[in-house]
Amino acid sequence: MNFTEAVILTIIASSTPFVLAGIGELVAERSGVLNLGVEGMMIMGTITGFATAYVTDSATLGFIAAIAAGMVFSSLFAFMTLGLAANQVASGLALTILGLGLSDLVGTGFVGLNRSKIPSLDIPGLTDLPMVGPILFGQDALVYLSIALVAAVWWFLYRSRGGLILRAVGESHVSAHALGYPVRLIRFGAVLFGGGCAGLAGAYLSLADTPFWGTGMTAGRGWIALALVVFASWRPWRLLLGAYFFGAIWIGNLHIQALSGSLPRWLVWPPQFWTALPYLATVIVLVMISSGKDRSGAAPASLGTPFVPDR
Amino acid sequence: MKRTILAALSAIGLAATVLAAPALAEDKLKVGFIYLGPVGDYGWTYQHEVGRQAVVKALGDKVDTTYVENVPEGPDAQRAIENLAADGNKLIFTTSFGYMDPTIKAAKNYPDVDFEHATGFKRADNVSTYAARFYEGRYIEGVIAAKMSKSGIVGYVAPFPIPEVISGINSFMRGAQSVRPDLKIKIVWVSTWYDPGKEADAAKALIAQGADILAQHTDSPAAMQAAAEKGIYAFGQDSDMIKFGPKAQLTAIVNNWGDYYIERTKAVLDGTWKSTDTWQGLDKGMVKMADFTNMPDDVKKLAQDTEDGLKSGKINPFSCPVVNQDGQTVECKGGDHLDAGQILGMNWYVKGIDDKFPN
Amino acid sequence: MRIELEKRAERSRLMALVSPLIAILLTVVSAAVIFSLYGKAPGDALYVYFVKPLTSLRTAQELVVRATPLVLMGVGLSLCYVSNNWNIGAEGQYIIGATVGGGIALLFQGQTPFYAVPLIMVGGMVGGALWGLIPGLLKTRFNTNEILTSLMLVYIAERIIDYFVRGPWRDPAGLNFPLTANFDNTLPTLFRRSPIHLDSIFAVLVVIAAAILLWRSLKGFEIRVLGEAPRAGLFAGFSPQRTTLVVFAVSGALAGLAGVSVADGTMGMLQIPFASGYGFTAIIVAFLGRLNPVGILLAGLLLALSYLGGEAAQISLKVPIGITSVIQGLLLFYVLACDTLILYRLRVTRSEAKVV
Repeated sequence: MNFTEAVILTIIASSTPFVLAGIGELVAERSGVLNLGVEGMMIMGTITGFATAYVTDSATLGFIAAIAAGMVFSSLFAFMTLGLAANQVASGLALTILGLGLSDLVGTGFVGLNRSKIPSLDIPGLTDLPMVGPILFGQDALVYLSIALVAAVWWFLYRSRGGLILRAVGESHVSAHALGYPVRLIRFGAVLFGGGCAGLAGAYLSLADTPFWGTGMTAGRGWIALALVVFASWRPWRLLLGAYFFGAIWIGNLHIQALSGSLPRWLVWPPQFWTALPYLATVIVLVMISSGKDRSGAAPASLGTPFVPDR
Repeated sequence: MKRTILAALSAIGLAATVLAAPALAEDKLKVGFIYLGPVGDYGWTYQHEVGRQAVVKALGDKVDTTYVENVPEGPDAQRAIENLAADGNKLIFTTSFGYMDPTIKAAKNYPDVDFEHATGFKRADNVSTYAARFYEGRYIEGVIAAKMSKSGIVGYVAPFPIPEVISGINSFMRGAQSVRPDLKIKIVWVSTWYDPGKEADAAKALIAQGADILAQHTDSPAAMQAAAEKGIYAFGQDSDMIKFGPKAQLTAIVNNWGDYYIERTKAVLDGTWKSTDTWQGLDKGMVKMADFTNMPDDVKKLAQDTEDGLKSGKINPFSCPVVNQDGQTVECKGGDHLDAGQILGMNWYVKGIDDKFPN
Repeated sequence: MRIELEKRAERSRLMALVSPLIAILLTVVSAAVIFSLYGKAPGDALYVYFVKPLTSLRTAQELVVRATPLVLMGVGLSLCYVSNNWNIGAEGQYIIGATVGGGIALLFQGQTPFYAVPLIMVGGMVGGALWGLIPGLLKTRFNTNEILTSLMLVYIAERIIDYFVRGPWRDPAGLNFPLTANFDNTLPTLFRRSPIHLDSIFAVLVVIAAAILLWRSLKGFEIRVLGEAPRAGLFAGFSPQRTTLVVFAVSGALAGLAGVSVADGTMGMLQIPFASGYGFTAIIVAFLGRLNPVGILLAGLLLALSYLGGEAAQISLKVPIGITSVIQGLLLFYVLACDTLILYRLRVTRSEAKVV
């Protein structure tokens, strides 16, 4: 395993939670719902996944439980914003605040316990190939799943009737409603999907990345996932690339430090600059797509506005 | 407006004195602890919590302990400390450097309460400071790493370039150089004490750059797990992390606060408590080494001898001459070794570290 | 269903007063349930959490200290929300305010001219206002979604204060720890040995000023009309762009002042980590206070109580600190739900057969 390979592997591993949480939020936002509760749903997945896996001794059950936890948690948000037409921004924040607190209360009994990592793929012959082997055939199952999920979401949004309707709901819920589509039901499904993905992303941290539970261990990754959706201008494949870009900035910063003795001066910026870069890039992308003449990259037009159907 | 606020406040105060139930005759000493992180960090805070439990175990019939976790260093700290004082705690341990000024301020407001502040340097009549010579343990780690590393590169996951961390890195290198002068160290600053994901990423980055032994000054077992996964060795931090890397952990620096906490609590009980400055290491057991594991017997013996040498004072990690990164000999203020002030204010690397000192 | 009619029917003063109270009641009931799940006697636990912090002069004063930044930010945010501008970046504006104020304080080390403290306060307000104007300008200029930009700017602000406090402003005597020197010019306290600083008076003044602005001035009318009926506002010749910039600048300035109140009042220094989530808690304050300045004053005190209660619960009940976030999150949910539930109840009385 040479240096470049190892760097790419670390980028992919640290970006996977962003991909998972991001693609879920992307679907929710494409349906016109802005859920700022990603961090809260994620950390509920983190603790639920770890606790379940620890008790049952099965990582698979842990992941399933984490998805369920994310969904249950997001259905609370859906009930508020779709059922009661409550403000989405405030409801999402409430979800995050609640999740961070609740995970702390639930997690007290699971501190300091250890699990082994979920195994990585190992195909004799293929995984041993130089350079491409470990990257293509040596990851854990969740990495492949996250990429498959991106592909599936892309197919759904752009190649299926259901996706067309979902996008229509996100662009104009009034027209979609007039055409007879169940706006709130579609959004409910999208929010639930987002919650499940966030829960799964959270469990990736406590089952695949660092298999233990620590209070607050999502450490703001949910907010990065939110930035990522915007940075990708609501496009699945851009989201995947964006996640690896964010991951590369982050890990690159660490690699640069370890190399600091042997790097040209112009590359050694303050670390704060690197960690701010994803957010800065997101603001720039936002400005570019909103000021551009071309509306194709713009946000879903109904994003964040509550919908109350008339009878 | 000010008047009404005052009036309201005094009304509340009056009501309070009427409402407050007469305090039960408490003859137990109340001891309070302020923690920086969650007790669930399995690192720095967790070890202080272990120390608190030791107090309960030793003096449970005489003391009643309370802790407050997750107190950010900042505006909330002083209030949290004063809450404990107001609640009748007569001895309060504030367990992070950032509580220094809040502790001093709270101590002014509660002159009849004794305070113990970890790792700080400001004292008062009712404020003691205490810290551990973690760097002594680092020296042993350096010796072991020099013996065990095949690639000749050690990776170091570090939080912030404060003296405690820098002296640890320097001591580690001095220990390594006593065995193998050409050992290389790569340092990654993660700018956090506790973020398992980041710590794991840093560990992976270091492994990718050829490190086959990891040391860490951050709090979670993430680096240990990363090492275990990659089949390399690592040193635990704060607490014994052997269960996170049964085949990976060589040893760990264990922060053992319990003995000190018991001793100071007893002093308050006996009425002999005085403001002191304590800085102890392996000899007094404030720093303990976890079992030497996953290494051949000769390395184990060398590690044990090094530990004994440090305990007896025969070995000093910073015995002169100490040469800094730029090849200049550092002034020797402590006779034949650097003095406490030089170690507690360390802001330079020793010779043999290629990294630029972070500023 | 004609929602406008519903809204008018709901604009009764009684309902506006009652709905936050119902939310608070539900939160207290939920807290009781959580405490019993934790094996605590609910009655005692509720007393410890919601009443005990009010029973001593010291904690009552701390309540005021805690509420001050929350009220300042809550008032600013309410102006934004009333006019339909979704500033959720108060946390960032608060950080930048503290950074600028702290920077000015460091300039005056070693001297204490009478104008130093006012300058620190003004500087913090200007810093916060400028930081708040970024999403405002992007919205008016490029129609960029202000929810997302203001949120992103929070994380950028965190890195900025981090850079200064770890770098150029680090206390040379601080052994490389991420903190600045103690400021020589700090906000004066109201009276000797009280933790309450001058800024708490400002918070009260801000509440009064905001009430007058909203209910007794043309600008306030403009803000309200543009929020409630944008088209009517345009018809009346009001400029939504100008209003957007004004409310962002004002809320940024108030958040900046809140930052100064913590940095130059409570702490007397800058320290990393500085952010404490007040800027997000202030969003709860704004909603619980029904976007009404006087309501925000009360809501700020209640949220301050939720922090103090969580600390008291840790000490007396040995419950993890997560309880504070749980109670705050639930409170916000109940507030949001109550506001709409009341709407719906009205609707149910009118509707024949409703299919959801």
